[in-house]
Amino acid sequence: MTIALPPQTSSSPPGLQPEGWLRYLSFSLDHKVIGLQYMVAGFFFYLVGGALAGMIRVELVSPISDFLGRETYNEVLTLHGTVMIFLWIVPVVNGAFGNYLIPFYVGARDMAFPRLNAVAFWLIPPAGFLLIASYFIGGAAQSGWTAYPPLSLTTPAAGQVVWILSVLLLGGSSIFGGINFIATVLKMRRPGLKMMQLPMYCWAMLGTSILVVLSTPVLAGTLVLLSFDIIAHTGFFNPALGGNAVVYQHLFWFYSHPAVYIMVLPAFGLVSEILPVHARKPLFGYTTMVYSILAIVFLGLIVWAHHMFTSATPPWMRLFFTIATAFIAVPTGIKFFNWLATLWGGKIALNSAMLFSCAFILHFVFGGITGVALAQVPFDIHVHDTYFVVGHFHYVVYGGTVFVIFGSIYHWYPKFTGRMLNEDLGRFHFLITFIGFNLCFAPQHWLGLNGMPRRVAEYDPQFTLVNQISSVGALLMALSTLPFLINVFWSAFSGKVAGDNPWNALTPEWLTSSPPPVENWKGEAPLVTHPYGYGVPPGQIDLKAATGRELWSSGQ
Amino acid sequence: MALVLSGLWIGQNVELLPVAASLNAPIYDQLFKVLFSIGSILFIGIFCLLVFSLIRFRRREGETGDGVAVEGNLQLEIFWTAIPAVVVLFVGIYSYDIYDRMGGMVPLSDPHSMHGAMMSSQASDSDVSAVIQASVLGTPPEPSERIWGGIGSGQVSAAPTLPVEVTALQFAFLFHYPQGNITSGELHVQKGQPVELRMEARDVIHAFWVPEFRLKQDIIPGQPTLLSFTPIKAGSYPIICAELCGPYHGGMRSTVVVHEPDEFATWFEKNNTATVAVAPGASSTG
Repeated sequence: MTIALPPQTSSSPPGLQPEGWLRYLSFSLDHKVIGLQYMVAGFFFYLVGGALAGMIRVELVSPISDFLGRETYNEVLTLHGTVMIFLWIVPVVNGAFGNYLIPFYVGARDMAFPRLNAVAFWLIPPAGFLLIASYFIGGAAQSGWTAYPPLSLTTPAAGQVVWILSVLLLGGSSIFGGINFIATVLKMRRPGLKMMQLPMYCWAMLGTSILVVLSTPVLAGTLVLLSFDIIAHTGFFNPALGGNAVVYQHLFWFYSHPAVYIMVLPAFGLVSEILPVHARKPLFGYTTMVYSILAIVFLGLIVWAHHMFTSATPPWMRLFFTIATAFIAVPTGIKFFNWLATLWGGKIALNSAMLFSCAFILHFVFGGITGVALAQVPFDIHVHDTYFVVGHFHYVVYGGTVFVIFGSIYHWYPKFTGRMLNEDLGRFHFLITFIGFNLCFAPQHWLGLNGMPRRVAEYDPQFTLVNQISSVGALLMALSTLPFLINVFWSAFSGKVAGDNPWNALTPEWLTSSPPPVENWKGEAPLVTHPYGYGVPPGQIDLKAATGRELWSSGQ
Repeated sequence: MALVLSGLWIGQNVELLPVAASLNAPIYDQLFKVLFSIGSILFIGIFCLLVFSLIRFRRREGETGDGVAVEGNLQLEIFWTAIPAVVVLFVGIYSYDIYDRMGGMVPLSDPHSMHGAMMSSQASDSDVSAVIQASVLGTPPEPSERIWGGIGSGQVSAAPTLPVEVTALQFAFLFHYPQGNITSGELHVQKGQPVELRMEARDVIHAFWVPEFRLKQDIIPGQPTLLSFTPIKAGSYPIICAELCGPYHGGMRSTVVVHEPDEFATWFEKNNTATVAVAPGASSTG
């Protein structure tokens, strides 16, 4: 999607910035270019991470360790987790859509700190290639994306240190991005635009960025200490030298649980933008949506130890974190009921963007229910570190966030390129992704309940059939990227021309040309005080045009 | 109503769990059934609502109009804030009760009350003082050492506990019976007799998991950990390492054999070396 943009017609491009497609390979300061850079780079790493996932699923077709070496298998699962989290989901759902949309939504011509923004993006490709290269030079890290010591202290040091370096760079990028989003949302709003008039994605990004800025430095500090343990043989986390391995887990999850919200809150925001447009109704309950985001941010910071219920945590701690974790279901539940209410009584266009968003609702509700169950200590003690957990978090981050990413690409592609994506291919893409995803991950819950731990290359032969079903699902998911890629490339050159506002949307990014000019609007930025002002007021339905059913549905 | 009934039916009748072979496993299964029923009700309800909306309110051929401009409804929103809050609160209190019955709420660092975890499950409902009193039984570990504990479980018979020392190392579990100076690669226990595992890890973090016992405990180097359970069903069950511990993590498995009492006595006598071996380091071949 980077290729087919028509040449810019804007009057005065700033200074030495290149034009045409070369912009996308340059240190561009344009938030839209940076957004698309994030997206394409992220998608590249998605393909890498997907290939790694494919290797895992091929290995698990048979109950013995036969396809990959045992060390290689652990390298692959470590890289898969790290790539998918730090190089695909976090950069795309924050960096790509955040950079592209936030300046439009606040009525600004760019982000608050354009150079910091470009630096944040350009940290990602070197960090990513460093991480992947570590596999070819001396071997990658083998201790999982969690890198628990003492295992991470005893596996080959070079790979682990490169892993730490790479995650530090990506964390830095994430912090730069977070600072930029907070400054942009709070300080760059067009005069006259109030906070409570912002599109929901701004609130989601504000909440996410607060989490990023508060928790990522903790991860960075922890990893620096871990690298001291590896390189300088200090003993922070090494029990053999008097350190404490559990302290690492606390510090690690202090970031890595909020990281889940860093991955899903922006997705919540994006869905809140997509649903009203395609259901032709206002977003239901704007104010409660805002407060529930803030509640999720607050609660998200105080639930980390639910990842550690089996690692010698005292009972009071287990109790506290159970309650805090379960209570996240309340603000999250509000959001889901509000989305369902947004759909209720709408004029829903069943296009790809809508289908992906609705599948997100289903998957996330499922992942949320298993999540509340996992928060209960006695339940968790049985299924912790099993495939139940693998199934649970893939429902949350893939069935949730990745489905939203696809839905968002179908929704905003006309804005990015000026051309529509093909709907038939899009629905086909949705169908096989949906089937493949559920086939792959739903059976994993059963595997976990019945005794298959995670991160194993070999397992009890009684689980063979279910693992093979799961692998077939993974194969379908891999195949499902083909119609998507074909669609994206084909539509970039010969898709239907979209026009400025193909969805008749009201949010500010649609009130300019497609693709937008360098500083977003030719004239002054529009003041959008009702970003979700769709729909006819209940009293004004045209009685001639309306059918009895419509009158019934509006409660008259 | 049909929704609630179907959810309850699914929760009660769909069996997803393996055999329950320890005293706390049936308690766990109770919790599982409740969670599964509530989850099924919620998921089926939301699924039906979503599919219904998508079909009923889809944009038909030639329609260009908008939906109704409803921006919110405070009462409705309060209603669906309250519902999850009540459900979550109920689930939380219920799982606390379950956890208490499993013996999980006993303070860990106090060696005395660890044994209190093995109280009878009937007395567990709220009687905390009974826990403390029950704790006089059993041998306390060395006072200087901080012992970490996992979940305990109730006791069926008055039989004395069987202490076993567990050493986890890459990539095996070793079981040592101080009473008979037996070292074994498999865990042999007696049906109905409480077992107390004193677990230590040599190198990296491992986790002791027996799915049929619904029990899991991380074994962290530098933190000796106690875990107690009472097997109630004879048979062989897998012991699985559940924490990534290196290349052969998937192969780090063992078996726990739950014997009938007389069978266990035979096994124990056959392997008992305590009377033969005088040197403290001596151990049998297992």
